[in-house]
Order: sequence, then C-alpha cells, then structure tokens
Amino acid sequence: MALIDLANPTRFLALTARALPWLGAATAIAFAIGLYLVWAVAPDDYQQGATVKIMFIHVPNAWLAMGVWSVMSIASIGTLVWRHPLADVAAKSAAPLGAAFTFLALLTGSLWGRPMWGTYWVWDARLTSVLVLFLMYLGVIALWRTVDDPARAGRAAAILTLVGAINLPIIKFSVDWWNTLHQPASVLRVGGPAIHPSILTPLLIMAFAFGLLSVTLHLAAMRNEILRRRVRAMWLMQAHAAQGA
Amino acid sequence: MDLGPHGAFIVAAYATAAFVVLGLIAWVLADHVAQRRLLADLEARGVTRRSKSEAA
Repeated sequence: MALIDLANPTRFLALTARALPWLGAATAIAFAIGLYLVWAVAPDDYQQGATVKIMFIHVPNAWLAMGVWSVMSIASIGTLVWRHPLADVAAKSAAPLGAAFTFLALLTGSLWGRPMWGTYWVWDARLTSVLVLFLMYLGVIALWRTVDDPARAGRAAAILTLVGAINLPIIKFSVDWWNTLHQPASVLRVGGPAIHPSILTPLLIMAFAFGLLSVTLHLAAMRNEILRRRVRAMWLMQAHAAQGA
Repeated sequence: MDLGPHGAFIVAAYATAAFVVLGLIAWVLADHVAQRRLLADLEARGVTRRSKSEAA
C-alpha cells in the first residue's frame, strides 16, 4: 500500500481498526516500564529530592504541547495547499489533545514550581508563552465549534494554526532570549543532555510512552471525526430527500 | 515510600495527570460509541452515503 492510499478515509479507517489495539497495548507497556523506572529505580535529585519525580510527567507533556501544534501546522498546510479533508480531520482531532497536554504541562510545572521556586506562577517568558499556546488551542477548538461547515472551519482554523506556529520557536528559545525563572533546556540542547543517565533514561521512556499515547489517541479521534462527518453527510442527504419529497 | 516534605505536590501532579489522561481515553471511546450508534441508526432508517449508493 502506497503512503498516499492512507489519505483515503475508508482505507484510513481500516488501518486504524488494525493498528489501534496494538498501539494501545504498546502505550500501556511503555507506561508500565516508565512508571516502574520512575518510582522504583530512578534516584531522588541531590538538590530537589523526590520532587524531581514531577519532571517525568511535566517534560513529556511540555514536549507534546509543542509537538501537537507542530502536527496541526503540518496538517494545516495540507488543508490550505491540497484541501485534503483528512488534513482537516487530523488538525481538528489533535487540538483537544494538545490542549490537554499543555494544561498538564502548565499544571505540573506550577506544582513543581511552588516547592522549588517558592511560587506557583511567574510571568516569565517561558511560562507566559506556554500559557499563550494553551489559549491558542482553546481558540482553535472554539473556532471549529463556531463554524458549522467543516470545510470553511478547516480553512479558518488552518490559518489561525499557522499564525500560532510563530509561538513555537518563542517557547523553545524563550529561556535563551530572556532572563527567565524557568531553567534553560537540559535535554534538547547543543552539547547533549545535562541530566545523569539514571534520571534521563526514565524521562525518555516516559516521553516515549506519552508520545505513543498521543499517536494512539490522535488516530482514534481522527477515526471518530471521519465517522462524525459521515453522519453529518447522511443527515444532510436525508434533509435534502425530505425537501424534495 | 518517603516523598519528602513536598510529597503532596508530587501526588497532586500524578493524580491530575492520571485524571486527564483517563478522561481523554474515556472521551475518545465514548465519542466512538456515539458516532457508531448514530451511523447505525441512520442506516437502519435506510439512509446511505452517496459513495456507498453509487458503488451499489
């Protein structure tokens, strides 16, 4: 099967029906391994103590917050350039997931910040730009709900998504461009990770588990959206038939 | 297991993450069941998709 064949909604549904059980199982196994390493193997940090355990959920969610918007941006290009309905479906289905991951990144960061920084929140560049990302997710979701026609909503949401993508490098480099209470990058940085392997390994496995969760939920949500559009098309056909009778 | 003086923050972070993740899973599953039910209902009433009726 060629990759382009997957862009056919019917073939996409058949593929997801086969893939989702395996992806779900792989996600559960990855979380089991990750949580075992976090709670039974990884040592406490020499400065932060056990509070470092919050990092194992904060960092993957922060990465996904940006990763999901990147996926939505690529899908938006598909919507605007090729007008492919599956691109719309991909972008729309990803938005609630991205909002949830961003919410978790903000909340766990806040719960980590209170004992480490002495405050739940500070208006520094990193925290504020991630809050803006969260608000943009809510804006895109609201836009999808406001416009009834999926094709029109898709184009408007695609433009908003691509404009919002400007925020991604701002989030990434905010800790380098401005003085922030938030620490600079310690994993994805020039010169390699600054974290000891005993903590880095569980972190990467938890990131992998959250990544798998994101892919699994995204495919499942895309499947739901395709079905929703079929229901809508059938309702419209029924309404036209009733008018013609 | 000793979580130290800030144990409540650690527990709150993990509990919220579990709640949100399980909520996302439940939402996706419930949405799937709802859409399948709507499709089945429409098909039971004799409504078919254009591509399906063209293929027949």
